[in-house]
This record gives sequence, C-alpha cells and structure tokens, in this order.
Amino acid sequence: MRYLPLTQGDRAEMLARIGATSIDDLFIDVPADARRDGPIAGLPPHASEMAVERHLTKLARQNLVAGEVPFFLGAGAYRHHVPASVDHLIQRGEFLTAYTPYQPEIAQGTLQMLFEFQTQVARLFGCDVANASMYDGSTACWEAISMARRVTKKARAVISNGLHPHYVSVATTMARFTGDQLVTATPDLAAEADSARVIAEIDSQTSCVVVQYPDILGRIPDLRPIAEAAHAQGALLIAVVTEPVALGLIRSPGELGADIVVGEGQSLGVGLQFGGPYLGLFACKEKFVRQMPGRLCGETVDADGKRGFVLTLSTREQHIRREKATSNICTNSGLCALAFNIHLTLLGGSGLEKLARLNHGRALAAAARLAQVPGVRLVNASFFNEFTIELPKEARPVVRALAERDVLGGVSLGRLYPGAEALGNGLVVAVTETASEDDIETFAVALQEVLA
Amino acid sequence: MSAINQSGWRPEMGPAEMGQAGHDAGATFTGNRALMLEEPLLFEIGRPDASGVDLPETVLMENRLGGMMRAAQVDLPGLSEPETVRHYTRLSRQNYAIDLGLFPLGSCTMKHNPRLNEKMARLPGFADIHPLQPVQSVQGALGLIHELAEWLKTLTGMAAVAMSPKAGAHGELCGLLAIRAAHDAAGSDRSVILVPESAHGTNPATAAFCGYKVENIPATAEGRVDLAALVSRLGPDVAGVMITNPNTCGLFERDMKKISDAVHAAGGYVYCDGANFNAIVGRVRPGDLGIDAMHINLHKTFSTPHGGGGPGSGPVVLSAALAPYAPLPFVERHGDRYELVEEETAGEHHAGTFGRMVAFHGQMGMFTRALTYILSHGADGLRQVAEDAVLNANYLLRSLDDVLVAPFGATGPCMHEALFSDDNFAEGFSTLDLAKGLIDEGYHPMTVYFPLVVHGAMLMEPTETESKAALDQFIGAIRSLAVRAKAGDPLLKSAPHFAPRRRLDETQAARKPVLIWQPPLVAEAAE
Amino acid sequence: MTRYFTDEHEWIDVDGGQATVGITDYAQGQLGDIVFVELPAIGAAVTKGGEAAVVESVKAASDVYAPVSGTVTAANDALGDDPSLVNSAPEGEGWFFKLTLADAGELEGLMDAAAYQAFVASL
Repeated sequence: MRYLPLTQGDRAEMLARIGATSIDDLFIDVPADARRDGPIAGLPPHASEMAVERHLTKLARQNLVAGEVPFFLGAGAYRHHVPASVDHLIQRGEFLTAYTPYQPEIAQGTLQMLFEFQTQVARLFGCDVANASMYDGSTACWEAISMARRVTKKARAVISNGLHPHYVSVATTMARFTGDQLVTATPDLAAEADSARVIAEIDSQTSCVVVQYPDILGRIPDLRPIAEAAHAQGALLIAVVTEPVALGLIRSPGELGADIVVGEGQSLGVGLQFGGPYLGLFACKEKFVRQMPGRLCGETVDADGKRGFVLTLSTREQHIRREKATSNICTNSGLCALAFNIHLTLLGGSGLEKLARLNHGRALAAAARLAQVPGVRLVNASFFNEFTIELPKEARPVVRALAERDVLGGVSLGRLYPGAEALGNGLVVAVTETASEDDIETFAVALQEVLA
Repeated sequence: MSAINQSGWRPEMGPAEMGQAGHDAGATFTGNRALMLEEPLLFEIGRPDASGVDLPETVLMENRLGGMMRAAQVDLPGLSEPETVRHYTRLSRQNYAIDLGLFPLGSCTMKHNPRLNEKMARLPGFADIHPLQPVQSVQGALGLIHELAEWLKTLTGMAAVAMSPKAGAHGELCGLLAIRAAHDAAGSDRSVILVPESAHGTNPATAAFCGYKVENIPATAEGRVDLAALVSRLGPDVAGVMITNPNTCGLFERDMKKISDAVHAAGGYVYCDGANFNAIVGRVRPGDLGIDAMHINLHKTFSTPHGGGGPGSGPVVLSAALAPYAPLPFVERHGDRYELVEEETAGEHHAGTFGRMVAFHGQMGMFTRALTYILSHGADGLRQVAEDAVLNANYLLRSLDDVLVAPFGATGPCMHEALFSDDNFAEGFSTLDLAKGLIDEGYHPMTVYFPLVVHGAMLMEPTETESKAALDQFIGAIRSLAVRAKAGDPLLKSAPHFAPRRRLDETQAARKPVLIWQPPLVAEAAE
Repeated sequence: MTRYFTDEHEWIDVDGGQATVGITDYAQGQLGDIVFVELPAIGAAVTKGGEAAVVESVKAASDVYAPVSGTVTAANDALGDDPSLVNSAPEGEGWFFKLTLADAGELEGLMDAAAYQAFVASL
C-alpha cells in the first residue's frame, strides 16, 4: 500500500521488540464482541492512483463547471479570477502540511502570514484588530452576535432583513440553545434596504444590530444612521460583508461606525468549491479584543531580541478556559487565510480598486441589458456587483431552464426563501470580472427566450 | 530594527560595514545565514501602487453605489508576482511540516497528506462549482458527498451522518445540539453533561455553548474513565456524556459498552469525541459500542491537510435515535438522482432537524480529499492504517519506557499514541525543555502538558506513515534528550539554538498585544 | 486594620466597614507572569465565595473569589496598564478591588497571617 512504509519484515521485528506475538495483542483492550476479524464487509479493497483518479474524474464530469458557461451566481459565494501563483504557494508542503503554530520557533512562516492577514483584514474592514480567521462567514456572524451579548450583557439582536438567509438560519439554530432573542424579518423586493425598520426595532434591551453590506439583494445601506441609533441605546453595530471585493470601491463598515465587522473571505484566493472550505473574517474595535473569539497572532521578541510572532491571548480559548471560553472553536481556516493573504498582496490597494471598478462596471452593464428584457424590472436603487431583478414569472423554474441551456443565471429568491411567495419572482444576479460582455449578452438572450 | 536590514545600512551610507551590533563570527550584513533567510513583513516591502495582477482601468461614467463610494483606495501594500512568490516561499521555509519530517503531535494525527487528494480536489468539476447551482447541474458533487457519507456510516456502523460541520469542535457542537434537540422533543429538560477530566478542552466548551452544565468524571489509576463514579452520577438531570475513545491518554476505554448501556438506561445519550478514530478505523465500529454521536476529523483519520491551522472538516455519525435531529442540509439518493434536503423540503421528511449549522453544504474540498484517500486504501488498507498506527506507537512506548516515565505503561498496550511524564527529570527541568530540545534535533515537539491528568505530559503520536528507520532515529533523539534532561544540561534549558527563532516572549505578547502592523512612527507614538 | 486570608489565596484588609482585596504572594508565584486582570464593576454586588475577578497568565486563567459579601467601591485601574504589579507587589500596589462589607460576621473562619503561612506550608 503506497502510503504505508512498514514492510512485513519491519512489522515482525517491531512486534518482537514490543513483546507481542501478533498485532491482535495490541487490540486486547477492545471487547471481543466489538473486534472485527477482517476488513469491514460491503466496502471495496484498496485501489491504484489511476483507478481512483478515473472514478473521481467521472463524478467531476457530472457537474456543470462555472468557468465553462456564462455564470452569474453570487448570494454569498462569488467567482473571481484567482492568480496562478496563489494555488502554487498554498501547496508548498511547509504551509499545506504544517499544524496550528503552537511551537512558534518553527512556525514563523504561518505566524507572520497570520499577522499580515490580520492587518489586511483590519484595514479592509476599517477596524482596529482582526483575528486569524473563522470557519466561514455564517459562523463568524453568529460568533459576533454571541460576542455582543458578552460585551453588552444583553441578548436581543435586531437582524436586518437583508442578512443572508443561511446566516440567519445558523444564528437561529444557535439562539434556540443559548437563549438569545433574534428579531428577524423576510425581505421584500424594495429598492432600498430596511434601515428604517432596523432603527425602529432598536430598544434599550438590544445587544446588537446585524446589517449586511451590501445586502442579500445587493443593496448598499448607509450604516451611519444605524450605528448612531444603536450606540444611543448601548447596542453594537455588527456589519456583515459577504463580498470583500466591494470594499475596493465602497467605504469600510468600520469607518461608518460598525463595532464588529465579520465576513466571508472566499472571494479572494479561495474559489467556489461548492460551498467550502471558506474563510470567516472577524474584526472589531480594540476595546473588545478580549471578548473576541478565535485565534490571534501577536508580535513579540525572542531570547535574542529578534522580532517574532506567537499565538496570544489564548486564555480566551477553549483549551484553557474550557467551559468559560469565548468560543468552542479550535481550528480556524488557516490555509484559506493564506490564499486570501496572497491574493490581496498580489492585488495591493490599487489592484483591489481596479478589480472593484471592473466588477461594478460589468454589473452596471448587465443590469442595463437585463432590464431591456421584456417584463424584467431592476429592483435595486444601489448595488456593487450584484443586484436583484424581478421577472414576470416564478424565477426558480427559469433558473433551471437557463441551466438546461448551459447558462447559470443567478440565484432565485425562491431557493433562498422557500415559501415566501412575494419573493418568488426575484432573481439575484452577480456579475464579476469573470463575466464577459458576450456572457452578459448570451444570458440576456437566453432569459428573453425562456420568459417568452 | 526592521527585519529587512539587520545592519541598518542605507545606500547613502557608502560602502557597507558591519554595524557594531551583533558583530561576531556568525554575523552577516543581511541577517541571513545561508539558507536560513530573514523575511520582512509585507508592509515593509510592499508599495500601495505595486501589483501582481494585470487589470484594465475601468472608467465609471456613473455609479450606483448609493453614495457610499470611498474617497481613496484601501491602504494595502502590493507586490509584483516575483516578489510575492519569493516572500511566501521564504516564509514557508520557516515552518516545520509533515513533508519535512516526523511530526509526533499526539491527538493531532499528523500523517502524510497524499498529493492525489490535492489533485482531485482541484478538478474544475469540484473546485469550480457554486453551492447554489441548480441541483440538476451538480449531480456529481452530491454523488460524491453521498458516497463519502456511505463510507463513514459503514466504517462506524452508524445510522446516519451529518456532513456539514466545519471542523472537529463544530462536529461536537452538532452532536450536542442533536442530543439537546432529542431531549427537547421528549419534553425533558436535563441540564448536565458529564465529561472525563482527561477530555479535550473543546468538550466542556462545547457543552457550555449548548447551555449545559459540565461536571467532571474522575479517571482510574489505569487512565480510564471511572465506571463506578460515572454510574453513580447518572440520573434524571444528566443529558449525556462526552467520552473520547481511544482516550486522550492513548488508551482504549475497555468499559465503553458498559458506559453506553448505563447512560442509555438512565435516559442519556453518549457522545464520542472521534479525534482518535484513526487508531481503530476498520477494526472497531463505534456503533457496536453503543455510541449515539461521534465526529470524525477528516483532517486526522482521513489525511486531509492541516494547512497550518485549518480548514478542517468534522462530519458527525449518528445513531438511529439521534438521526431524526440531524442538521440541514443533507443529500438523499432517489434512484439514480441525488436531492439536497434543505429548509424547503425538510418539513416533509425531516421535521425534527435542529436546523442549519453553516451556510451551504460543508467542506466539499475536504470531502473530495477524504474520499480519494478512502478509496485509495479501501477496507483492507484502512484496517492496515489502524494496525500500523498502533504498532508504531507501541514501538515508541516500549523503546522509550526505560528512559522516560510511562504512567500507564504497565497497564498494557497503548493505541495510536504513547504517553510519558517528566517525573524523572532533574530539578528545574520539565517537558517544555525536552520539547524545545527536540526542535534542535530537527523534529516538531510532541503534544505537551496534555492530557492534564499526567504531570508534564508528553503525548507522542507517530502515525502509520512513518517508516521503522524514521522511528529509530526519533527514538535515538528522544533517548539522548531524556539523558540530558535527567542530567540537568543547561543548554537544554535555553533550547532551541538552531531554529529561525529562539524561545519567544509570550508574556510581552499578552501584556501589550500587538495584533496588527503599524507604521514605525505610529507604533512609537503608541508606546 | 486587620488582614485575613482565604484558602483560595485571596487576602482581605478590613478597616471598619471597608475592605481591600488582592491575591497572595504565594498565588502570584504559582500563576507566573500575570498578563491581564479583569476587575469587577464599581457598584457590583459580590457574594462570599463567588467569582469577583479573573487573573490571567500566559497559559492560565483563574477566578478570584470574594472573601466576603459586599458592594464593590473601587477597582485598581493601575492593573490595566501594568498587570505585572500583581507579580511585583501582590499584597500592596497590586490590590484588586475595595468593597463595603455586607456582613462582618463572614470574616469569621478566614485565616490570619500565621494560619495562612501554615496552610501554604502544608500544600
């Protein structure tokens, strides 16, 4: 077996050293009736590289690949071009096959990268500090709500109806067990986000307000009045960014008054991957740092006075605080953080702005073109690279019909909000730099045919 | 002094001379030592207008940004592609990794990561598909998730599996939420979870997050859960127990089935922390031991890479009793088609679900790698994996128990990891010193000071992917270090001496946390 | 003024109805370098034996319990800037908080200096 170095001779010699007559002697603590005498039944035996590759390739071919067709899906996962050097570098064995940097003397590569990543995320979000990443945007969002409870000692979270419905579901699952009250609402096909509703819901018992920026329909709310209203009642503003590329062109949530900013970092470096692994981003004001969940990397010096980095403030974490920890997580999303870090380094501030302009330009063109399709209405007053259109009929079957024509034409609101009939004709369309002018035209023509 | 230029030399200073600081036989102008290269921070070498990506200028005649357009670009330095490749390549060389050598981190299972896994995960049919594509356009991806799920269920002998948890601790959360949901559905308000004192710190943290009170169960002198103490604590307020098996001392819980039976008889559920499933995969099915829920760290047992701290993946296998409460979404097979059960369809088939734990479907990229690994090994190979892992650990145990104290060495064989204490070291020497000495010998240290039940614990897990020659060299290194620790060698106290950095000042890091880079002037002003 | 000690290694100086609380020199020695102290809010009610503060070293976090019940009247802000005061002057400048006693009777059963010395020697 190609991954197992021991030979039969080695095994015999080692058993002799141990003083065992057979391998079964080493499993004597397993109760006899739970021991399996041979390979578990009903499962195939080992296979060659070639055979495994053939099987997996066959499965892969049964999927419609985003990069091979006109593609307009977003809603929390965006397709961007990832430079070739990103994937090369994250596959270096010293990154790929390293562990969490508990031994800093021989993990400075990962630690320095995390320090750079934290700095990049803090600057992008307009915050003082950021952590070394979380599982994904949805779990980071719940962790932020949970953190706001610890900071404010209150447990009523007001959630904008523009927050990704999966993020709302994750928070709902957890709140059921923690006792947090979530004030939620289903969105409507309005041109503006629900800032007025959110502000009206804030009261003295509110721990936080959670607003997605841009929101699930692509609308860009002004966070400033929400921050002001929240702060007036002693509540925190949590901003959620599912498309960090947008921040190349729009103001950062921190600058607009957000206390905690979380997000999904998948757009930069990570790729679509059918939903995971992704990259949870988490940043906040410095005064809340000890209530922050997740790993943190900090600067220090070694015994010779040389600059170096370590994991720090670990007394917040589960392996020390046990049942009093700020969060139960131990793994973060290290390799995805590295991919994000490299991609953002390749872009730089100027490249990020160019990329964001390109995205917005393509989205403007696509919105204008699709609005020309008979019966189609653009919902949004504002958007970055994603907007919602209202079709003259239910969007879900339209999406399926488009897929039959090899066009992946957006995410229907019926998929995201099953049962919400008022949203059934809504279609969320994302347009990144990977959508060419031809792709936009093909989409518009196909949509017109399907609607006809 | 910045790392970019240890000498402080600048072009206007003329011919380079060694600065006064640090001028000795080993000093160099750059601070580098041949292949050991210092690398400055991105923020010290990047420029705001530098970029490694060619993008067109887009002139926006109008914008629809709702008045939120930013005034200036984000303050982020960039690098060209050659600078980027060099920066990260140099950083990578300051890391230890499985690819470089034996990585005996107990409980973490640092085994070889096959490269076929990486190749398969990068097939565009898996890597370049969107989680919300119409189900008809992702049948292969759903098929892969289903195939992996079937393997996990069969290998564990369990009724169902929740695939979406993002890592081990997230899997624990999934299992505990399922237990809580089952009790809620039965109208029971049980409030206590029992956890052995040797448990991973995640166990009590997770139970507390689910709203449970945590109570510790003592261990026996043989390093196992004290069955009598556990049974005497069971009662109508106990929702369940969380047990790691094989446990964190590297031992199989011989009484596991009795524990399960007692817990079930008292109306509770049994959660098993499956972090150490790699020791028994293919030889023991946890379902046969009465377990109700167990997470499987795909990055431990099934070789997906640890990536310097994630991403992980923690599917949770569930007994028939807990299966109705499994989280959304999951994949169902209907004839030759696969369906995704989400909020929309859950109502009809799966009303008891405790809800959604993540956006989308879990760690697809890790599923691809894990299935590739599983198919490569097959049922026979996986069994051999467990056997070789256990053989290698016992070989370490019996090759070292004459120079180190093995607290449970006399109770019989260990499973996949060998546990030692620092009880026989010289006064003032502890586990940390041996660990740091191991760095100079070219190894990553073992897990230290865990489990808490052993003084100065050293937990060594070689895994099945080490050869006998690699083990023999490692044994030699540990024996040499043990002699030095017992003799009180002062050089061991200040180890490591040959790593990119010496021991780091963690107190300073925690007292005045510096978590992001600031330009030198700003940083000075903040002092 | 009288100083009492608890078996959780807190000290308490009592002066009439007012008291000052900190951790003992023995406790700081066991914890190692202190990196952070979380103090109770002024006005907070603490109960004898209940959690009142948290003291953190690099690798450990420990609860500090209130030796007696009362209302917090002051917290030592100097520990925010310089937590090492707990190491250098645990029974002086490194005090944690002051409180108004709720029930002086609760002081009974606490140790005096000699008893505490003997207690530590027995550990």
